[in-house]
Amino acid sequence: MSAVEQTVRASSVPSRRDRADARLGATAPDQGLIASLSRRQLLLISWAAPIAVLLVWEALAQLGWVSPQVLPAPSKVVRTAYRLATSGSLLGDLGVSLLRAGSGFVIGGSVAFILGVLVGFSRFAEALIDRSVQMVRAIPFLAVLPLVIVWFGVGEGQKIFLVSLGVAFPIYINTTLGIRQVDPRLVELGRVQGLSRWQLIRRIILPGALPSILTGVRYSLATAWLALVVAETIGAQSGIGFLAMDAREFLRTDVVVLTIVIYALIGVVADSIARLLERRLLAWHPNYAGAAR
Amino acid sequence: MAPELRGRGTMIADVPRTPSAPAVVVSALRRGYSERIVLERLSLRIERGEFVALLGESGCGKTTLLRALAGLDPIQGGRIEAPRRPAVVFQEHRLLPWDTLWRNVSLGLPGDDIRERAAAALSEVGLGDRLDDWPRNLSGGQAQRVALARALVQEPELLLLDEPFASLDALTRIRMHALVKELMRRHQPAVLLVTHDVDEAIALADRIIVMRNGSIAFQSGAVAPQATAALRAALLGQLGVTITSKAA
Repeated sequence: MSAVEQTVRASSVPSRRDRADARLGATAPDQGLIASLSRRQLLLISWAAPIAVLLVWEALAQLGWVSPQVLPAPSKVVRTAYRLATSGSLLGDLGVSLLRAGSGFVIGGSVAFILGVLVGFSRFAEALIDRSVQMVRAIPFLAVLPLVIVWFGVGEGQKIFLVSLGVAFPIYINTTLGIRQVDPRLVELGRVQGLSRWQLIRRIILPGALPSILTGVRYSLATAWLALVVAETIGAQSGIGFLAMDAREFLRTDVVVLTIVIYALIGVVADSIARLLERRLLAWHPNYAGAAR
Repeated sequence: MAPELRGRGTMIADVPRTPSAPAVVVSALRRGYSERIVLERLSLRIERGEFVALLGESGCGKTTLLRALAGLDPIQGGRIEAPRRPAVVFQEHRLLPWDTLWRNVSLGLPGDDIRERAAAALSEVGLGDRLDDWPRNLSGGQAQRVALARALVQEPELLLLDEPFASLDALTRIRMHALVKELMRRHQPAVLLVTHDVDEAIALADRIIVMRNGSIAFQSGAVAPQATAALRAALLGQLGVTITSKAA
């Protein structure tokens, strides 16, 4: 289900093979066996703490030591999730939230990428654009929320704008930075090899800037969710945030906790998609190649 | 990209020449960084297919001359007649880490059969089985061989080598010398090799030039195999290294 489990499964595969190899080779040292065993043990230990917390939480709730209005039992949250998913509006709200985040990400991300490329390449564009962007960046983007509500009301526009704004800065900065950091010796090589300006961009500058750009994408995914949570808790008629606010009115803490868990899960999934992109697009890069994190 | 023309310097590119015309003619070349003059009234001829080594201490302007010939830096005075796009091998291999070896070798090649041409060039440097491998899996000597293949696949009239073997270990360097000799015999470009290694210059070059303070201080005649010891002593003397008879 979660990307974390996938990573765990993927990384346990080579260790199983290692042990088979160790058994096959008579002279193979058993250090590999010990190392792989302890790695599995460490993995188990790393999962033990969160599971223990869940169990204690469940026990406290079942014994009635914690009021369900304060914190519902995990099992109750799971039942609520199932009920809302099958009969309620959970999936619809989830879709609405994902659409808002997605469109905000695409709009903010593409504007920021284009501006970043322009500023990265041209000193003139930098003089024209960069100072203004840096000044706007100094504002915590959530501080403009009241103004955004005045402009867009509390409809979809407000939410998508806020997400776009949050996404834009990390992508802009990392695109500019990435282009600036491309090894000038490789650019010179491109000139020696007779590349046209467009070939130079496509073959040397963009690939060289890609690690930095993808870092920007990962940061921006985090800000996209932050922006979405804030935007949806104000005057939404649908979406995960609306579900949470609505549940708060009726003291349905199980639904509130459920929405928090959903935000967390979406964040994890988005982050692992970004990591997957890094691993695929940066297969050539020694820092990313085969890095199972 | 066409070489840039700036200041009083002129760079004549791709002029139609008779087969006997020299590959490179440099006359009264002047080049300086801000106040400091690096090259002063430098003149040089390289015949077609001739291998010229350029020796000199650090900072004598030998790399500056090579970069001027490559069209990478503008010149302030004088005149350069050189093929429009010489191939260059730098001290560092400068392979693109995000491209496979054959993509690296074919960088900038026009046409449809670039993979085949890159494969042929990689075979020539003994890496024909590594077409789809990545630069990070190469040793220093292998990477420099790929850089040589990338230069030669362009079939240049002029090949500029900027201390290409300086960062390699002694044994790899000797192997590279043999490879370069063989490749040059086959492709016959005019070569300018910038180096600070006297023995490398003697091993490879038809003619050796010593630069000092931005101009040419010494030129050898054709390098004769039987007279290398005397030539070596003379070259080292020009570079400010005196050898007592015992050490020699």
